[in-house]
Amino acid sequence: MAASPDLIEREAALQGLGVSRLRKEDARFIRGQGTFIDDIKLPGMLFGAMVRSPYAHARIKSINKDKALAMPGVTAVLVADDLRPLGLHWMPTIGGDTQAVLADEKVCFQMQEVAMVIASDRYTAADAADMVEVEYEELPAIVDPHKAMDDDAPIIREDIADKDEVSHGPRTHPNHIFTWEAGDKDATDAVFDNAAVTVKEEILNPRVHPCPIETCGCVASFDKVTGQLTVNVTSQVPHLFRTVLAMLSGIPESKIRVISGDIGGGFGNKVPIYPGYVIAVVASIVTGLPIKWIESRIENISTTGFARDYHGIGELAADKDGRIKALRFFALADHGAFNSHVSATKLPAGLFSICTGSYDIPTAYCRVDAVYTNKAPGGVAYRCSLRVTEAVYLIERMIDILALKVGVDKAEIRRRNFIKEDMFPYNTSLGWTVDSGSYHNALDKVLKAVDYEGLLKEQAEKRANGELMGIGISTFTEIVGAGPTKVCDILGIGLFDSCEIRVNPTGSAIARFGTMSQGQGHATTYAQIIATELGLPSDEIQIEEGDTDTAPYGAGTWGSRSTPVGGAAAALAARKIRAKAQKIAAHLLEVGEADLEWEIDRFKVKGNPTQTKTMKEIAMVAHTGDLPEGMQQGLDASEYYDPPNLTFPFGAYVCVVDIDRFTGETKVRRFYALDDCGTRINPMIIEGQIHGGLTEAFAVAFGQEIPFDENGNHLGNSLMDYFIPTSFETPHWETDETVTPSPHHPIGAKGVAESPHVGGIPCFSNAVVDAFAHLGVTHMDMPHSAYRVWQQCKALGIDKHADT
Amino acid sequence: MIPRSFEYHAPQSVSEAIELLQKYGDTARLLAGGHSLIPMMKIRFAEPEHLVDLGKVAELRGIREQGKELRIGAMTTENDLIWSTLVQQKCPLLVEAARLIGDPQVRYKGTLGGDISHGDPGNDHPAIMLALGASFVLVGSNGERVVAADDFFVDTYVTALEPDEVLTEIRVPVLAKNTGWCYAKLKRKIGDFATAAAAVVLTMKGDTVKEVAIALTNAGATAFRAREAEDSLRGKKFDDAAIAEAARLVMSICDPAEDLRGDVEYKTAMTGEMTRRALRTARDRAI
Ligand SMILES: Cc1cc2nc3c(=O)[nH]c(=O)nc-3n(C[C@H](O)[C@H](O)[C@H](O)COP(=O)(O)OP(=O)(O)OC[C@H]3O[C@@H](n4cnc5c(N)ncnc54)[C@H](O)[C@@H]3O)c2cc1C
Repeated sequence: MAASPDLIEREAALQGLGVSRLRKEDARFIRGQGTFIDDIKLPGMLFGAMVRSPYAHARIKSINKDKALAMPGVTAVLVADDLRPLGLHWMPTIGGDTQAVLADEKVCFQMQEVAMVIASDRYTAADAADMVEVEYEELPAIVDPHKAMDDDAPIIREDIADKDEVSHGPRTHPNHIFTWEAGDKDATDAVFDNAAVTVKEEILNPRVHPCPIETCGCVASFDKVTGQLTVNVTSQVPHLFRTVLAMLSGIPESKIRVISGDIGGGFGNKVPIYPGYVIAVVASIVTGLPIKWIESRIENISTTGFARDYHGIGELAADKDGRIKALRFFALADHGAFNSHVSATKLPAGLFSICTGSYDIPTAYCRVDAVYTNKAPGGVAYRCSLRVTEAVYLIERMIDILALKVGVDKAEIRRRNFIKEDMFPYNTSLGWTVDSGSYHNALDKVLKAVDYEGLLKEQAEKRANGELMGIGISTFTEIVGAGPTKVCDILGIGLFDSCEIRVNPTGSAIARFGTMSQGQGHATTYAQIIATELGLPSDEIQIEEGDTDTAPYGAGTWGSRSTPVGGAAAALAARKIRAKAQKIAAHLLEVGEADLEWEIDRFKVKGNPTQTKTMKEIAMVAHTGDLPEGMQQGLDASEYYDPPNLTFPFGAYVCVVDIDRFTGETKVRRFYALDDCGTRINPMIIEGQIHGGLTEAFAVAFGQEIPFDENGNHLGNSLMDYFIPTSFETPHWETDETVTPSPHHPIGAKGVAESPHVGGIPCFSNAVVDAFAHLGVTHMDMPHSAYRVWQQCKALGIDKHADT
Repeated sequence: MIPRSFEYHAPQSVSEAIELLQKYGDTARLLAGGHSLIPMMKIRFAEPEHLVDLGKVAELRGIREQGKELRIGAMTTENDLIWSTLVQQKCPLLVEAARLIGDPQVRYKGTLGGDISHGDPGNDHPAIMLALGASFVLVGSNGERVVAADDFFVDTYVTALEPDEVLTEIRVPVLAKNTGWCYAKLKRKIGDFATAAAAVVLTMKGDTVKEVAIALTNAGATAFRAREAEDSLRGKKFDDAAIAEAARLVMSICDPAEDLRGDVEYKTAMTGEMTRRALRTARDRAI
């Protein structure tokens, strides 16, 4: 039955679920009227500049502040000894470790924080930082994580050298952080011992950095009179930030206000609590003046929140037709000098055990060994949902390697191993319950769209002519939306999230969340969810996040958790309001609640469509005395949502590349991305997220890397070398979708922002390796820069012209 | 990322600029587009106490044709070159190279004079100037002299410029008939310097190479000419074997510095590859 024009019009007026509503944030951003951290200017504000270590590993013999302190405009030079009496020279990390706020007797990575100069302006602060004299005694550094646990390896963390444990189980070496495992080792080994086919490959996810356009920074402002501490900060987790500050400083949490304003991209770089923030807070408490600290680009790339550095070994066991019987994955994780990245207490290797991917793998085992090295701390960041990028990269590379070994086409081997549609919800052999999926359907749709058969034919012709053309496929399953509190907590705080909605008498509303947008468009999409649930126009629903004084507590935005957790809270809070509204409507229409049905923006009496009450009408009545017996005024609700499970978005991607064997340059000719994130709230925003995530995947696959020399010195930590693709390098993206709702999410939505990154990276790698597959190549590590690809050509002897 | 403090001077004329250079000696640096100097100051690699900005010196701007030469003011920006119909018609190689420099911001600010004076082997114009047989007008307290591009580039960041001299004008011969050109540049991304690049100016007579110049970017301590390769081509038939031989000779004299763009072997190979490509394109354009 076609909907009547009236219904269509009312529906459209809401601008609710499924509409490509324009982003409400953009009006201020395109006018340059956003308020980013460096836009905050407070009266009397001083600036902090960091003095950093030139060495990766060294003992500090002396620090002389005199020359810096003598400079006009310099207020203070803070070193570890100044923080020691307050007990703030070390701080707990959200990874369960401790981290030096300012280097305490030794430095453990190049550019580690050694002192902070506080001065009247940033120029004076920078000049004075240069005048702080630090004498070092250099120590041998560990850069290669494979050497971290050697018998004669220098001890990086003397402060915990004799500790048997740093939060995550027994340690076997002073440079060992933890060993974590999942699955059944004995059963897996047994399958491998008897398997018809096995494959094994070493696969690296290099150290990269998300490099958001806005670097990290804060303005800390302590009011000596009221004892109130206000911190404006680029934090994706304002509430956790406040809790950690309260634990650290002893200031009651009620006297701390954390405000995350507009954030110029986070990508996990802005989850941890960094030394710069803590020192700024201390300096503000000491001086009673606001202190601003802003990272430079080089500081950002070199010291805060890198991603990956995961050194994997993948193994698959299969029958002769390529049906996978067992999976065995190892990873050596380089966490740098402190274990400081975000991690759930019980999941120190994050969600790595999603590494069985989209496949029905009966037996599996995986293990991660994490070690300290003389590099900056971090590892979990960059659209990764806690090590999912690493896990998916391994399985999506390994299944291609298996396909080569058994001589089955890479699309066909996926079909043979996919979890079938009737198997959902599907329990993986590593302990996850995948909520929903439709993998065959997605892959077939994509292969048809790109004319896969035609591409294979073209490739065969090109190969016959000595040209290099590669076709990459990735059929990934993501795991996002941390997460059930029974599985995930940080520092004991469960990873629920929250929404509070208040409807005003005239039918507009305000909703506040514990999440924190950094470009995801929450102000737009959350309003759409509430609009559809409440029948109020999204344009009249104000969304707020990031001010801990007003927003309800939540674990912030990372790991694609806002829609799965915050979005669910929004829908359920709205439903509470609607339930109350229904009671009011029944009262007004003098019928029973069960006699009412909901239609877009109103309740109507069943069988009597002229008898209605719109939500707007009810909103007004809710603020009068004309209410059902015993009912209080007001139309508001709050919801603290603890999801029953994570959500599992998936996708099927195809990438086609052409490689110039004389220069090693790769041209991405085509990239087709089908994403299934369940119910689609705002298709335009989804597409934007896919474009962004694919572009970052492209960057990682083809150029990004934080390189070091053997002494731990940075070799390329500015944008001169670090690859940020411009529109010129970025391929054209073709996007597509299928819709398989999550059965346990109130509106069936899953996360999406990380999928293109997680699924895109292996797709690019698979395409590049495929270009060489006919020459016997099974794997090439990223980044696939022209230089590195050329080295592959050279190793194969195809880099030279016939005339040489 | 914040430079040390400095004093800023904005002379109105070349002579005023020279006076300032004399007065402050080696504590002064000329400022043109600032896109090499200021990044170096921000990382405190360069710490001049006095910046003498040439931005207000009107006599350093402008492009004109005089006889068989283009005369280009040192403060002409990359975009000025790209948009000049005169340069497009008379010396398209310069346009091709300028378009491959940096990104739009760099091309709005960076100047031809600054690119040459900086003495960076990774800059593109030095090789272009060598291939074109350009000459430079240098004005100092002792008056004016004209130095050929071949005699200008001494070492990395070292040129024939005396401390109190200003490069005022670049003189570029207008391309002869039957002359093709090409600048082939391999780079990692927009805004990057060359991994390797070759500039070729080639005059044909029928199938034979009448005259050729090959100059290389980022393949040694300065940009330089590949004279043996040029000799191997001159007077010879232009065919695959000749190209291969020229590329081989080019590679035999490369001495690039290893960096993240590649090791010596890769950069050498890429210089050979860029030479091949530049030669072929130049030949196609010469006919
Ligand atoms: C991101 C980025 C990418 C870049 N990519 C490229 C590239 O691909 N190719 C390339 O060639 N360049 C590149 N550059 C450099 C850019 O082209 C510079 O603009 C150029 O090298 C210097 O010109 P300038 O006018 O900016 O000179 P400045 O930076 O102002 O000066 C450079 C030096 O020359 C001296 N100088 C300037 N003018 C004169 C003069 N008239 N007489 C005497 N001395 C003078 C100055 O004192 C200084 O020592 C890049 C720069 C950036 C920031």
